[in-house]
Amino acid sequence: MALEKDSARKEPEITPALVAEHGLKPDEYARILALIGRTPTFTELGIFSAMWNEHCSYKSSRLHLRKLPTKAPWVIQGPGENAGVIDIGDGLACVFKMESHNHPSFIEPYQGAATGVGGILRDVFTMGARPVACLNLLRFGSPEHAKTRHLVSGVVAGIGGYGNSFGVPTVGGSVNFHTRYDGNILVNAMAVGIAKTDEIFYAKATGIGRPIVYLGSKTGRDGIHGATMASAAFEANAEEKRPTVQVGDPFSEKLLLEASLEIMAKGCVVAIQDMGAAGLTSSAVEMGAKGDLGIELDLDKVPCRETGMTAYEMMLSESQERMLMVLWPEKEAEAEAIFRKWGLDFAIIGKTTDTLRFVVKHQGEIKVDLPIKELGDEAPLYDRPHVSTPPQPVLTPESIQPLVSNATALLQLIGSSDLCSKRWVWEQYDHLILGNTVQRPGGDAAVIRIGDGPKGLALCTDVTQRYCEADPVQGGRQAVAEAWRNITATGALPLALTDNLNFGNPERPEIMGQFVDCVRGIGEAASALDFPIVSGNVSLYNETQGRGILPTPSIGGVGLIDDVAKSIGVAFVRAGDSIILVGDTTGWLGQSKYLSEICGREEGAPPPVDLAAERRNGDAVRALILSGHVNACHDLSDGGLAVALAEMTMAGCMGAAIGAAPSAIPAHAYWFGEDQARYLATCSPQNEQAVLDALAKAGAPALKIGTTGGDALQLGDETPISIGELSSSHEGWLPNFMRGETII
Amino acid sequence: MRAAVLLFPGLNREGDAMRALEQASGVKPILVWHAEHDLPAGTDLVVVPGGFSYGDYLRCGAIAGRANIMNAVRAHAERGGLVLGICNGFQILCESGLLPGVLMRNKDLKFVCRMQHLRVERNDTPFTNRYSRQQIIKVCVAHGEGNYVADPETIARLEGEGRVAFRYSDFNGNIGGEANCNGSINDIAGIYSERMNVLGMMPHPENLIDPMMGGIDGRGLFESLVHAPARAA
Repeated sequence: MALEKDSARKEPEITPALVAEHGLKPDEYARILALIGRTPTFTELGIFSAMWNEHCSYKSSRLHLRKLPTKAPWVIQGPGENAGVIDIGDGLACVFKMESHNHPSFIEPYQGAATGVGGILRDVFTMGARPVACLNLLRFGSPEHAKTRHLVSGVVAGIGGYGNSFGVPTVGGSVNFHTRYDGNILVNAMAVGIAKTDEIFYAKATGIGRPIVYLGSKTGRDGIHGATMASAAFEANAEEKRPTVQVGDPFSEKLLLEASLEIMAKGCVVAIQDMGAAGLTSSAVEMGAKGDLGIELDLDKVPCRETGMTAYEMMLSESQERMLMVLWPEKEAEAEAIFRKWGLDFAIIGKTTDTLRFVVKHQGEIKVDLPIKELGDEAPLYDRPHVSTPPQPVLTPESIQPLVSNATALLQLIGSSDLCSKRWVWEQYDHLILGNTVQRPGGDAAVIRIGDGPKGLALCTDVTQRYCEADPVQGGRQAVAEAWRNITATGALPLALTDNLNFGNPERPEIMGQFVDCVRGIGEAASALDFPIVSGNVSLYNETQGRGILPTPSIGGVGLIDDVAKSIGVAFVRAGDSIILVGDTTGWLGQSKYLSEICGREEGAPPPVDLAAERRNGDAVRALILSGHVNACHDLSDGGLAVALAEMTMAGCMGAAIGAAPSAIPAHAYWFGEDQARYLATCSPQNEQAVLDALAKAGAPALKIGTTGGDALQLGDETPISIGELSSSHEGWLPNFMRGETII
Repeated sequence: MRAAVLLFPGLNREGDAMRALEQASGVKPILVWHAEHDLPAGTDLVVVPGGFSYGDYLRCGAIAGRANIMNAVRAHAERGGLVLGICNGFQILCESGLLPGVLMRNKDLKFVCRMQHLRVERNDTPFTNRYSRQQIIKVCVAHGEGNYVADPETIARLEGEGRVAFRYSDFNGNIGGEANCNGSINDIAGIYSERMNVLGMMPHPENLIDPMMGGIDGRGLFESLVHAPARAA
């Protein structure tokens, strides 16, 4: 034992092989040597590896992210902090962010997903906000792939296991399947919190000689080099990386939340940073660098879970549920008492200095002595070569032959893996805790009441990855537009978004091209819709054995409604209501779900996104919801008009009779085309003319297409489909899939 | 009605319970920390809310059931005082010996959160006097371990003494089958103590108190407590 310990303490020599193992390229290592003028110590090498990997440094993406619109009068804090912050009036702010935990979730789905939720919740409450909702966006491999069932089961249980115990409702999300995620699933988690606008906390340390306090759980050997793993593509041996996955403890996180909010409320906190990716290293460097201060740490004081941990291990551990703070010296005792009450560790492990150096001591030795600003500022920045995806041909509706009747196609579509009910998933998430969930999962956007109301937030996550693959610019635009539409359809005003940009290996010009063009599309839509990006995360190298995922820039949207009682859902509410279709219908089948699910073809250009039409149609629909003229509303997306009608029918347990397709458009293209900027809205017959007049006045194309009522959905002269038939197809797929034989 | 709501580390529905109690009674309940030895003077009702006390890393409720404050709760119950345990609170009451039986993993091994109908078995108790007998109410469930299990003798006694408070049902009041969300014996969703002054239940009436959040059937339970004759010694 003693021998083993001694050998563990002896630090390895810095060799080119060791540098490469740390994910640092030769030119990056040369940059380190130039920066510090000597060979780094083993611990320093680990620190550079942690700070300069893609995950922490955004070295491939920074250049392009700078072009995104991030400002609006209601934006309090844009990208660059733990989370984005927007003003929602009454002295309150909404704090939110989305982040990925893709690689860990593939290796160990339960813990990977759980700690993804834990990490994003910490980002939100670090800023002084109490989390009020979680959402997620999940992408799994093909249902036929041997690992898919195991991954779905583990990820869903992990998200639920963490959020349910922590005590935040998981109110919305998106789940899709595609073979391009077979070896690299996506787990994007979003958290939303509420804070007072004058009590928001930041990472920037101030004052010299102030104590740096370590709070929360103890440090163990878990997650070492987690961020480095997140910055490399998977090879066939991905499972061997299991020890780099962290283990979540939602109970400790709940205590950390309560204790942190309590000491913030008591005015104890100068600066605070959670220990996320790259743990103690990244949090300490960020606090110092943002405050133009040096930081000195004494690792002998760090609460450790295991004995004999080296400086290297402590600096790179990604043990969960930990925080770093700078406290007001006179409030130190009060803060410590609060943490002790909650049974959490509290240790002074260092101080701020005026040296602008990051100094780490362990057992009487100086293990690290680096320039603190340069660790972040001098991280490599790459303008990687990129080529745009060649445009796909526009497919005319006539070029796609209907293979089955439209009624059959509808049943097949709503019972397909992507469009089926995700009840099996969201029933495992506590979506009702806190008693403020107005619009529950399963609709367009979730709506939650803020405290005792009357204000509310509308929340959603969206992206249509097949559009992004076919045309990254239009796909980027569409992801933003769909989030904006989903929020609009509840009656809320979309205010800001967070993004989680999941792409393959940026060192391939065609992948970098996808990234650059998606970001361009996102930026264009965000500008046109006054829907700025206030926080986000980039996840690159989502690639296994040389094959990248579909480009998946997830968008998490947040909207505000002044009176939550005015929000509406997708369910038909009353028989005899008029059904109005808003927006232009051309029957666009390129890249549609009809084309892929019914015809087995993933082809063509995706529907173009006319941002002016989005704005015009959405603003008009929202006004009609808020004035009480419209009583149900649904945005049209995957599967087009027929799928949206079926969803409204099932949600309301009420049928509808819809007029036949216009002669100018082939019927299957009319029912299943995915033209953008469209909504379905219902209103009483008395309000019908007023609704049509208002839409006409706004310049939004609108047409009454049918009437609610009965117990079947009748599409033109197609065979009517009973609600029971619709529901059994829609609700059946996922539970049936998950009940299949277990494959581990 | 003076209500005390217990707070153990890891509980998370204390706010929901306090909101429902305050809405029904007009009085803000007092939050009581687990390390305390005494309940506030004049407490009529003790509520043990839902959540994951101590993370539920051991058997659910096992640690909380042995906390300091539970001695005071037992004494309160012995004096005839009212005690309500919801979800994790029900598990804690079972672990503390105030109620018989145990809550096991749900039959399908998954956490379940959904709207859930219950049949109110009797309306002559302090907890249900605002409902009618056999009334079907819609509340919600949110638990991974709500599968009520006890030995046959205990079940027979509970049934014989009319101590089943609620059973899982569908919206028509049919018992069994899919309506039983967790596999509980005899569809048991809640039980009373021998003296009918302690109620433990898995479902959450405190989340169904507002028409905007899906209904107000949960209010009846809290309004019943407000109208119950005072029992505290």
